Amino acid sequence: MNLDAKIPSGPLVEKWSRHQFELKLVNPANKRKYSVIMVGSGLAGAGGAASLAELGYEVKCFCYQDSPRRAHSIAAQGGINAAKNYHNDGDSVFRLFYDTVKGGDFRSREANVHRLAEVSVNIIDQCAALGVPFAREYGGLLDNRSFGGAQVSRTFYARGQTGQQLLLGAYQALERQIGLGKVQMFPRHEMQELVVVDGRARGIVVRDLVSGEIETHLADAVCLATGGYGNVFYLSTNAKGCNTTAIWRAYRQGAGFANPCFTQIHPTCIPVTGEHQSKLTLMSESLRNDGRIWVPKRAGDTRSPAEIPEDERDYYLERKYPSYGNLAPRDISSRAAKQVCDEGRGVGPGGQGVYLDFAEAIGRLGEDAIREKYGNLFEMYERITAEDPYQVPMRIYPASHYTMGGLWVDYNLMSTIPGLFVLGEANFSDHGANRLGASALMQGLADGYFILPYTIGDYLASTPRTPVPEGHAAVRAAEASVRERTARLLAIQGKRTPTSFYRELGRLLWEDCGMERNRAGLERALGRIPELRDEFWHDVTVTGEAGELNQSLELAGRVADFLELGELLCRDALTREESCGGHFREEYQTEDGEAKRNDERFCHVAVWEYAGDDRTPLRHEEPLSYDAVHLATRSYK
Amino acid sequence: MRLVLHVWRQKGRDDAGRFVTYPAADVSPDMSFLEMLDVVNEELILKGEDPIAFDHDCREGICGACGMVINGRPHGPRDRTTTCQLHMRSFRDGDELWIEPWRARAFPVLRDLVVDRSALDRIIAAGGFISAPIGSAPDANAIPIRKESADLSMDAAQCIGCGACVAACPNASAMLFTAAKISHLGLLPQGQPERNERARTMVARMDAEGFGSCTNHEECEAACPKGISVAFIARMNADFVRARLTEGRRVARAGEGGSG
Repeated sequence: MNLDAKIPSGPLVEKWSRHQFELKLVNPANKRKYSVIMVGSGLAGAGGAASLAELGYEVKCFCYQDSPRRAHSIAAQGGINAAKNYHNDGDSVFRLFYDTVKGGDFRSREANVHRLAEVSVNIIDQCAALGVPFAREYGGLLDNRSFGGAQVSRTFYARGQTGQQLLLGAYQALERQIGLGKVQMFPRHEMQELVVVDGRARGIVVRDLVSGEIETHLADAVCLATGGYGNVFYLSTNAKGCNTTAIWRAYRQGAGFANPCFTQIHPTCIPVTGEHQSKLTLMSESLRNDGRIWVPKRAGDTRSPAEIPEDERDYYLERKYPSYGNLAPRDISSRAAKQVCDEGRGVGPGGQGVYLDFAEAIGRLGEDAIREKYGNLFEMYERITAEDPYQVPMRIYPASHYTMGGLWVDYNLMSTIPGLFVLGEANFSDHGANRLGASALMQGLADGYFILPYTIGDYLASTPRTPVPEGHAAVRAAEASVRERTARLLAIQGKRTPTSFYRELGRLLWEDCGMERNRAGLERALGRIPELRDEFWHDVTVTGEAGELNQSLELAGRVADFLELGELLCRDALTREESCGGHFREEYQTEDGEAKRNDERFCHVAVWEYAGDDRTPLRHEEPLSYDAVHLATRSYK
Repeated sequence: MRLVLHVWRQKGRDDAGRFVTYPAADVSPDMSFLEMLDVVNEELILKGEDPIAFDHDCREGICGACGMVINGRPHGPRDRTTTCQLHMRSFRDGDELWIEPWRARAFPVLRDLVVDRSALDRIIAAGGFISAPIGSAPDANAIPIRKESADLSMDAAQCIGCGACVAACPNASAMLFTAAKISHLGLLPQGQPERNERARTMVARMDAEGFGSCTNHEECEAACPKGISVAFIARMNADFVRARLTEGRRVARAGEGGSG
């Protein structure tokens, strides 16, 4: 597997601008002769599809939702980072770069991260121009807030709905191109297979989710912007429909899968209420600006929070990490919450929760100021829990939220399959072993608006244009495999629902490959997952038919892929014998319980290559080197 | 809690459709409405019956995918709440619930509670944007925006495109949806150059899609999970009238030869 990252030469700060000049261009008059497929319509997908269409390419865009506006980027609440230094507090491109590399626990590529920090400033400009109603100060200039893992205010926001507003900006740019006839949109279509012809990605096979028809679409390049695989844990903050199928199908066709064990557990989600729970709702990290996290000092303390006096509370983040306090990065905050709950100090039913308390901030700033900043989040909390967070502290607990791992891409966002580009959360590129808050939106839009439009041109300009002949064997094979799989799922007629398998897989991964992992647990999971997969293929029941709107069939197909991905996740976690960022191995920790990296052995990207259904996948390594930032132990104390 | 559900079942676009009654025993007040339907569906699948199809995705009230009419009210009895954020504690033990899809000529039923809302996307494609090609933007702080304008714009921009306003309106009008977008963009300086054209093209598309007109029932605002105000419809009407009045002038100027 060729893992040449194609990092441009030259000093770090000049790499991207030099590379932009060196990339080949497609003549404006020739662009319309090239077709590009975009799968996914979130920030990266809608942003990328709109940008490519503006340049003149013929674009087809696909999403499983009924409208591109519903992609899960819409649910991001808190904000988007940019190194604008509008607040004169010492921010800079280099500081954002440094914070991101450090926040990622030194497992990301320096050159990629620096480029991300560079274009962050253009993103804010572009979004404002597209009509994103960012929060403003009374002077009319943009407001900022702070986020975890940073000591400057660089997060731009639109109330608690930043993702929604950024996505609507990209969606509107996309709809404009649809109206102009430059993008053909295919909502309610799900990618089921990648078509690879002569070693190059040339198309996709999709299922029309309304008619059930299987269609093939061909193009000169294929882009996947299909999001992460956090739903492998069943319960997560992802939308119910988020799935791994697109990237998993690509993996099975030869795309390397990088760092699957780098999954992020978000510290501030609303706790589980019962077996019926279908998803978990995030409470934005921005709440940690003003909320203080605590649990009772004494285990088994069942008094109501109001009855617990100040000196019997443990503000454990402030105690353990005095300089970052409640704004410690996500991985650290999540693990700290699990630890206090494991000690029996958790709050709420089942003891799986900690308090996020606004009493002090309300006392200091007044209820109105808090309402102005977080009103919609407080309302959402109240709807779900029937508790008023202005009166009683919120209860929160960690949940699966984001995946730093994903398909391996080079500096040009191209996977190991030529012509297959991967954007946004679906790739592995910029967040290392842990993503900082407000950086996902930044990366999605960076990839879609400002990186792909340059790099894809270089690929197209340097690749001979050859049409795929009608009825090519590769196309027929891809279609046949999709039809065969669908027929197989419908024919089993077993006794268990797809959801019951899904829930079992999720619980198993949460226990053995969640916030804390160890060899025994991972080996247990690696033994159990193939059994569960086998049970699924013998005992699942899928109702209805292939040729109709069939949500049971849609779910079964997604669960089948999660059942394969789950195994790779555990295998990667087992092989990475160190703790870093979101990957915490109990065997590798410091005396005070912090993650202990092993830079000697694991300062690399682990890239997995599919080797066949009955074979162990092959593990490759892309070494990481740090020139601008010194490898150091992360400290937020 | 035990409930009785009367659910609209319809195989496809051309099927007549009918209510089918299902008991829902063992409902927890902590369940969301969709989680309650999940449980019913699990039982249906085990009995070999087709589960009830409904759109849903984020389940946190922001994607706008979910939506059904519950006892005559889009998104159910709780104000400013999407179906996914409606919890069963809003109902009482023994309640009978009538669950239907959005009903509007412009929203054909695809199956059960799933409707085709692509008409809303086409209204956006007709003009619900600012033409600012990627890479062309000035510094974000170069154009200060009064906080009041930005806040009001954001009030309108919160629309999640669920279509409850259409389902609630006796005329199945999409004016609240369209007005929210026209106002969101029209309240910002960046949205001024295309303001008139936007009102004209979006309203024309809305009419062409088969949505009805507004006759001031204000049911849309009552049903809107984001509480978007009908005052935005007045704003849209003003923009639309101005667009019509200036339309002639625009043509005349273009006829004068333009800038060459």
